[in-house]
Amino acid sequence: MADDYKAPRPTPTPDNAPFWEALRKHELHVQRCRDCGQAYFYPRNACPGCLSGNVEWIKTSGRGRLHTFSVVHVTGRNPPLEPPYVLAMVELEEGPKLLTNLVGVEPDPAKIRCDMAVVVEYADVTAELTLPRFRPAS
Amino acid sequence: MALEKLHAQRGTIAIVGAAETDRIGKQPEMSALMLHAEGARNALADAGIAASEVDAVLSTGRQTANDIPEYLGMRPRYMDNTQMGGCSFIAHLQHAMGLINAGIAEVVLITHGESGRSRVGMASTSFTPDSPPGQFEMPFGIGGPATRYALAAVRHMHEYGTTREQLAEVAVATRKWASLNPRAAMRDPLTIEDVLNARMISWPFGLLDCCLVADGGGALVVTSAERARDAKQKPVYVLGTGEATTHSIISQMPRFHVWDAAILSGERAWAMSGVEHDEIDLAMFYDAFTIVPLLSLEALGFCGLGESGAFVENQRTAPGGDFPMNTNGGGLSYTHTGMYGMFLLIEAVRQLRGGCGERQVEGAKTAICHGTGGILSAAATAILSTER
Repeated sequence: MADDYKAPRPTPTPDNAPFWEALRKHELHVQRCRDCGQAYFYPRNACPGCLSGNVEWIKTSGRGRLHTFSVVHVTGRNPPLEPPYVLAMVELEEGPKLLTNLVGVEPDPAKIRCDMAVVVEYADVTAELTLPRFRPAS
Repeated sequence: MALEKLHAQRGTIAIVGAAETDRIGKQPEMSALMLHAEGARNALADAGIAASEVDAVLSTGRQTANDIPEYLGMRPRYMDNTQMGGCSFIAHLQHAMGLINAGIAEVVLITHGESGRSRVGMASTSFTPDSPPGQFEMPFGIGGPATRYALAAVRHMHEYGTTREQLAEVAVATRKWASLNPRAAMRDPLTIEDVLNARMISWPFGLLDCCLVADGGGALVVTSAERARDAKQKPVYVLGTGEATTHSIISQMPRFHVWDAAILSGERAWAMSGVEHDEIDLAMFYDAFTIVPLLSLEALGFCGLGESGAFVENQRTAPGGDFPMNTNGGGLSYTHTGMYGMFLLIEAVRQLRGGCGERQVEGAKTAICHGTGGILSAAATAILSTER
């Protein structure tokens, strides 16, 4: 890994490798159960609604709402963003929620509202790794 | 599971030994295993039971269930290494009940030792990058537990209008109890303004919304109610227990503003015990962060969903209030090693035995102990009483 990105990076496993591959193409994919219809995240080989293994990948719209957040002042080692930054749970239009960062907004709780509309942006943090971050939808 | 079967377990086991390490706080001269051993020795002495009589050891924090018995020189015929976070020891009480009532064990030792501050001889707890937290949380700068619990607190504030002032009520009330406890780490008086103006850690938590980080340990000795009749100490009976988990990492929490694991755990403990809310004299609620007791009050039915902020107003949980909570001073002001659940159980036992001095809850007969494990991932509940 000949780059200077210091923040924690994921090591994909077979159940979620397609998720990371899609991100590199600037697409946000989640899984959906063909049996019960539930879309879910994180990816796994067993639907968390019904344990079915009959699951498929779907491409999301990349749109959603900010479900909850924190403004992080005291960070772990090598944070991915300069503190204070916004740690965010986003609920996608398709239903699943994922942990991400809210960017393009001042890290001020007074200026951030739960349920505000957000849209994905793709951060190519290394040649191999793209992270999904979200910004307020204009 | 038939409720009648659960209810039949009420009062079948008792805590007959309960003690902490000699000291709690910063102890770089003690390893985690040394803390386990000191806590175990003190609890067995408290119970007047010899180490050779222990036939089951329940603990956590090490790699295998063999590690602690080896250090203690014990040869238990039942080991339990259940690790669900800070409430593990409350769950171990339920496991002890199963063991004792099945005739598999008669004397159960539950131990805790953690060098949470000095980090001496600690098993690694870091997430690997190929695990769900390493893949789906760490890359986004999730930090210590404060950043994770904050996600639940912010959604609670959004849904119900809960305020930082209401969260601060918990920190202030808990500090008042600590001021009555000579063993508590933080005893200086605190105001709501102090809490609101403390250095921000992770919104909405300032430093004083967060628990301490210390070194310490403790243990419980548990046996059948029958054997407890001859105990050296006044037995503290286990009337009801519950445990549940809904997720492991915070981003998988089903509802951020409601603690579902605690609802599931609490339902079992109430059903087993048959105890009513108004019979509770003391609440020992895990307070890793100020939001946790609020979520506990709601999940356990002491108030409705969204009503906990108002519930704790006007220092209701402080000395002199009508809802004594966390009388040792809690994880916020007494001690917090990382897995604090052991300490809230020990305080409940001390209160029910009586003799807690200035902080004694007069006539305390029945207590509820309730804790979080992981990031509101798991919950465990125990209802304890001086009477079966």
